[in-house]
Amino acid sequence: MITSFLLKSLDRSIIAVVAILLGLSIAVPALNLLTAPDHPLHVPTYLVSLFGKYLTYALLALALDLVWGFCGILSLGHAAFFALGGYAMGMYLMRQIGARGSYGNPLLPDFMVFLNWKELPWFWQGFDMFWFAALMVVLVPGLLAFVFGWFAFRSRVNGVYLSIITQAMTYALLLAFFRNDMGFGGNNGLTDFKDVLGFNIQAPGTRAALFAASAVTLALCLVLTTAIVRSKYGKVLVAVRDAESRTRFLGYRVEHIKLFAFTVSAMMAGVAGALYVPQVGIINPGEFEPGNSIEVVIWTAVGGRGTLIGPIVGAILVNGGKSIFTAAFPEFWLFALGGLFVFVTLFLPKGVVGTVSAYLARRKAHRRAADADNARDALVAKPMAAE
Amino acid sequence: MNQTINQTKPKSLLYLDGVSVSFDGFKALNSLSFVVEPGELRAIIGPNGAGKTTMMDIITGKTRPDEGQVFFKGDIDLTQRDEAEIANLGIGRKFQKPTVFESHTVWDNLELALNRRRGVFPTLFYRLTADDKARIEEILSTVRLSARRDDLAANLSHGQKQWLEIGMLLAQEPELLLVDEPVAGMTDAETAETAILLKEIAKTRSVVVVEHDMGFIRELGVKVTCLAEGSVLAEGSIDFVSSDPKVIENYLGR
Repeated sequence: MITSFLLKSLDRSIIAVVAILLGLSIAVPALNLLTAPDHPLHVPTYLVSLFGKYLTYALLALALDLVWGFCGILSLGHAAFFALGGYAMGMYLMRQIGARGSYGNPLLPDFMVFLNWKELPWFWQGFDMFWFAALMVVLVPGLLAFVFGWFAFRSRVNGVYLSIITQAMTYALLLAFFRNDMGFGGNNGLTDFKDVLGFNIQAPGTRAALFAASAVTLALCLVLTTAIVRSKYGKVLVAVRDAESRTRFLGYRVEHIKLFAFTVSAMMAGVAGALYVPQVGIINPGEFEPGNSIEVVIWTAVGGRGTLIGPIVGAILVNGGKSIFTAAFPEFWLFALGGLFVFVTLFLPKGVVGTVSAYLARRKAHRRAADADNARDALVAKPMAAE
Repeated sequence: MNQTINQTKPKSLLYLDGVSVSFDGFKALNSLSFVVEPGELRAIIGPNGAGKTTMMDIITGKTRPDEGQVFFKGDIDLTQRDEAEIANLGIGRKFQKPTVFESHTVWDNLELALNRRRGVFPTLFYRLTADDKARIEEILSTVRLSARRDDLAANLSHGQKQWLEIGMLLAQEPELLLVDEPVAGMTDAETAETAILLKEIAKTRSVVVVEHDMGFIRELGVKVTCLAEGSVLAEGSIDFVSSDPKVIENYLGR
């Protein structure tokens, strides 16, 4: 009974979150663009970009939840997929600069001119077209996840070993992207973007549109992941998480089941990265930092793994906290983050959303039981009254 | 010898010949040979470490034998296939410790076990048909769990979990069922019911039961194979096997 209620409430709460996101995608840009700066409801442009950034983090956490919460794959390398999506977008934005760079080279980005390169490397070809860049945003992280997962899941690398090799993967990419001769701007990464799809990237209108795009994409991905986890395939995912060998002896190819979720999740992380980069204006190898991937795990755990809404709430709460905390007591932020993770693990193992929904389910079950009791009492009482 | 092999192999459902496997020098199976006929219900007994579970691991593809042949339905070589493939060929396995999907409902456990296409996309776009529904209902009543269909498997009693797992095996529609200690930890009443259930199941398929409980095996009343130190010690009716001096010395006497 509790389960069926939870499933139903999941539906309703997901519809609610989707509605909120779509509402925000209209309301925030409207309040930013249509109200005067001194109006009490005015949303300043810097806040629009800040919240837009949170939404891309939320999408990254949602992607992690699909593999960690539902399939038990604790990936400590999801920031790598995010960063790859971000780099693909960054390359498009670099090519949009054209001759407006410091060196005025119409074809080569500044850092290539600086390195004395004469022509565009082959892997930069095509990134002047948005559709091609957009395709790479999903394909590159997806392909990496597919190849990585193919080998890892086929060799049945599980648990902490898998987590460690995902860390190694993101660390290896970090080192590679730091090198100047990789052709991705080395240490400085890609920055000084001018415009996106022909619109000035600094303009309030573009910022508002990017926020709206982030909110709508997050809503779409939430619907997609809900459909995935509510399908029979989603039940198989949970079965793999809870009893992998049982699933295998039933005849499921566990490695294929995991691979699909991992690849879809990496693609979603790539999209999140692509929305992140134009809003913060830079992508550099720091995004591959192993610590970044671990932070995503914390957001997801704080919000509640395996709930889909939890990671969204967690990412926004923790990053909102981070923005406030780092302004007030910058040196204590890491302690606060670590303390938060310990607190959540010890006292809220289901996370904020998981704890709240379990409480609501219990209260509803109680009330229903009480109603049943009352009804029975009333039935018993009636004949007595008639006498 | 060769002639008997040539005669038994094509007719057998499961055929193991000279199977050996060792772990770090310990010979878990030592030239084990063993045949199950179609439609047979067979009990396997033996002391701890006799190789009962290892034998099941080899049949279901979890462990590869160092040497020997393992054939299903006469000519399907099981040593070349992995767990998922073997499961889809029609061999179901119940673990020693009841293993069900605890965070799924009883119904979902059976739905997942149901013998349908198990790829990523068929499961992603799966719709529960009326036929599948009827089949799950039928299994629920066979394993006596109709009233608990919407409960989480985690909330079942130990005996009910064992039955649910047997129900999942039935949903898999296997031709051969390997059942490891199905009555461990069950009450006497549950044990008796399980014996009835297994006999019922064995009417339509072959079942191999590994069990320590001699009373339960007597209740089944079937051919018994006694394993010890990785090979077959004795085979025959329960009375014949339990009066064998070697069996008494190795297993019953202790």
